[in-house]
Amino acid sequence: MQKNIEQELHDYIVGNLLFGQGVELRVEDSFLERGIIDSAGVLELIAFIEEKYGIEVENDELVPENLDSIRNITQFLMRKSKTDAVV
Amino acid sequence: MCGIAGLFDQNGEPADAGALAGMIHTLNYRGPDGHGVQTDGAAGLAHARLSIIDVAGGTQPMSDVDANLSITFNGEIFNYLELRQELILRGYRFATRSDTEVILQMYADKGVDCVRHFNGQWAFAIWDRRKRQLFLSRDRMGVRPLFYTQVNGKFLFASEVKALFNYPGVSRELDLEGLDQIFSFWVTVPPKTVFRNIYQLPPGHSMLVTQDAIRVFPHWSLEYAPADDRSDAFAERKSEELLDLLRDAVRIRLRSDVPVGAYLSGGIDSTIITSLAKQVIDDRLRTFSVSFEDAEFDESAYQRRASEFLCTDHASVHCGYDTIGDVFPDVVWHAEQPILRTAPAPLYVLSKLVRESGFKVVLTGEGADEVLGGYDIFKEAKIRRFWGVNLDSRWRPMLLRRLYPYMQNVQNQSDVYLKNFFAVSPEALGDPFFSHLPRWELTGKLKMFFSEDVKSQLKTSDVYRELRSTLPRDYGAWPSFCQAEYLEASGLLPGYILSSQGDRMAMAHSVEGRYPFLDYRVVEFGAKLPPWLKMKVLSQKHLLRRAAHGLVPQEVIARPKQPYRAPDGKSLFGGRQRDYVERLLAPERIGRDGVFDPQAVGMLVKKFRAGRAISTKDNMALVGILSTQLVLEKFLREFKPTEVCANAEKH
Repeated sequence: MQKNIEQELHDYIVGNLLFGQGVELRVEDSFLERGIIDSAGVLELIAFIEEKYGIEVENDELVPENLDSIRNITQFLMRKSKTDAVV
Repeated sequence: MCGIAGLFDQNGEPADAGALAGMIHTLNYRGPDGHGVQTDGAAGLAHARLSIIDVAGGTQPMSDVDANLSITFNGEIFNYLELRQELILRGYRFATRSDTEVILQMYADKGVDCVRHFNGQWAFAIWDRRKRQLFLSRDRMGVRPLFYTQVNGKFLFASEVKALFNYPGVSRELDLEGLDQIFSFWVTVPPKTVFRNIYQLPPGHSMLVTQDAIRVFPHWSLEYAPADDRSDAFAERKSEELLDLLRDAVRIRLRSDVPVGAYLSGGIDSTIITSLAKQVIDDRLRTFSVSFEDAEFDESAYQRRASEFLCTDHASVHCGYDTIGDVFPDVVWHAEQPILRTAPAPLYVLSKLVRESGFKVVLTGEGADEVLGGYDIFKEAKIRRFWGVNLDSRWRPMLLRRLYPYMQNVQNQSDVYLKNFFAVSPEALGDPFFSHLPRWELTGKLKMFFSEDVKSQLKTSDVYRELRSTLPRDYGAWPSFCQAEYLEASGLLPGYILSSQGDRMAMAHSVEGRYPFLDYRVVEFGAKLPPWLKMKVLSQKHLLRRAAHGLVPQEVIARPKQPYRAPDGKSLFGGRQRDYVERLLAPERIGRDGVFDPQAVGMLVKKFRAGRAISTKDNMALVGILSTQLVLEKFLREFKPTEVCANAEKH
């Protein structure tokens, strides 16, 4: 399941935020440090995961520890799934 | 207001009157009231006239009594009556009542320094027969446009690029460095344009063209020297001075032999101008505005309130998504450069309303934000700097959320993302472009859509270096607030606000805009104001608000700032399908044109079609790509010289 989520996130980011351009995106790449996704992109990404995985991201969860890489988001989703049982 | 064109063959060959007629014919909409072409050996001037002052006597090109000097002139010299009187007292004689003749006589009297005495908005060329030189000049703030090029030993100039392209032999190519600048700053850095070998005379500059040389030189520069006085008595005095200056700036801008109307946007700037105009005009003043289908952009409630308060005869044109989508190709044809927002489109529609209402001249509130501290970017820079002093503060970044209450993206961000987006770091604080870096960096991200070929050609291009080389010597010593104001007033104002949203959209329907806030006395007054009178804590245009009491409805004074914007993506992809959008964004077309990457554009289009594209960046990318594609189609691939030019011999 983790691999699936990582792949889905990767495809969404490449197709909708990077438009197929730029660097090869690895699961551990920091969006902020590498300038891969800007802050508006992060909000789009949140909208995507909320819709796709049926969760709600709370304001206090909008932190890099949860959202700054494909891996962080995946782990965040897995953690949420344990509490919300939706993923 | 008019269109001008001309040439000087530096090889001494006779000027081709037919080709000049072709050039001016392309600018017919700038001056539908009459055309004129005049040649004198190697020089030739052409003019398309919109009759406003001395309707009967102001025909152009105009020559002096001895025919030693000839002029083609676009614009207005608002203090021409005072200058005329001074010249008459010193023995000069006039054959007409026009401001055009005043320029000629002033040049005869003072040479190239004559422009220092002008209060107005101008682009003109004077052929000096005795000196065998062409003198060209453009007004201080860049209200009126002036472009030039050289081909086969001929120097050519015109109000718009399309007139230059109409001259035989002028090549039409995209200037990638110019494109790089637009996809950073929204504008090119003068003298550069988005077309290779086509240049613009920078605002506040003149030029001399002789057989051997071309010399460009400044006749005015914007310099900040803010006073250091925080007393209320000082503020009161400045408030009165501002009002006196604005009153006079409006008074001389009402000089016209045809009726003058006013734009009424619903903000404080246009309302105070309209209010001051009402004090001069006896008749019921006609005002005009645009309303939007989308409530996010609509200001019609404030427009109605201002109109009722001032008892104006108000007319409004409604602008829906479809309207913007429909007129967008024409907007780009007139703007003559890629644009990143659709905001010029409603102004194009508005000028049509003005013209159809029988008006040729309108006053507008443009310039107040640049001169008196109105833009959000000034507030943003102030907060970022405030935060930058203590980057660990928890509450300082919260001020950033107060900046853009209408932007959900900003409201929803956590501190760490705000800090990242607004580029607050110790290094950024020392950057000469500190105030504008977030905007420019965001815009620069659109370059990801450039094709590999374009990216490779721009590898060594450095837009910031280019811009840095144009900064005034004292720039580094100015307060940061003034630096930000300078960047707006010298960059976006002439290159976008006054051109893509101003001159070009108004002149497309033969309407002349007049801008009291850009009277150079008001601009110089603003440059000497201390920043606290422009932005008190976070209250923008503080002095103007203070001066506006009694002249502007209280609700308009107190309303939160709403920047003028228009819907982008929804206008181009919402509603019905548009052929030009489909054609120009098709992968094979993108690939053939070569500027953008077909795959990346395809993904962006897919995102818009899916309704997922909501960010400012995506919207700017769409409008920027589509307008660039329109520029390529209309000016490079399918540009056709007008019939007059193709059949020049007949004329």
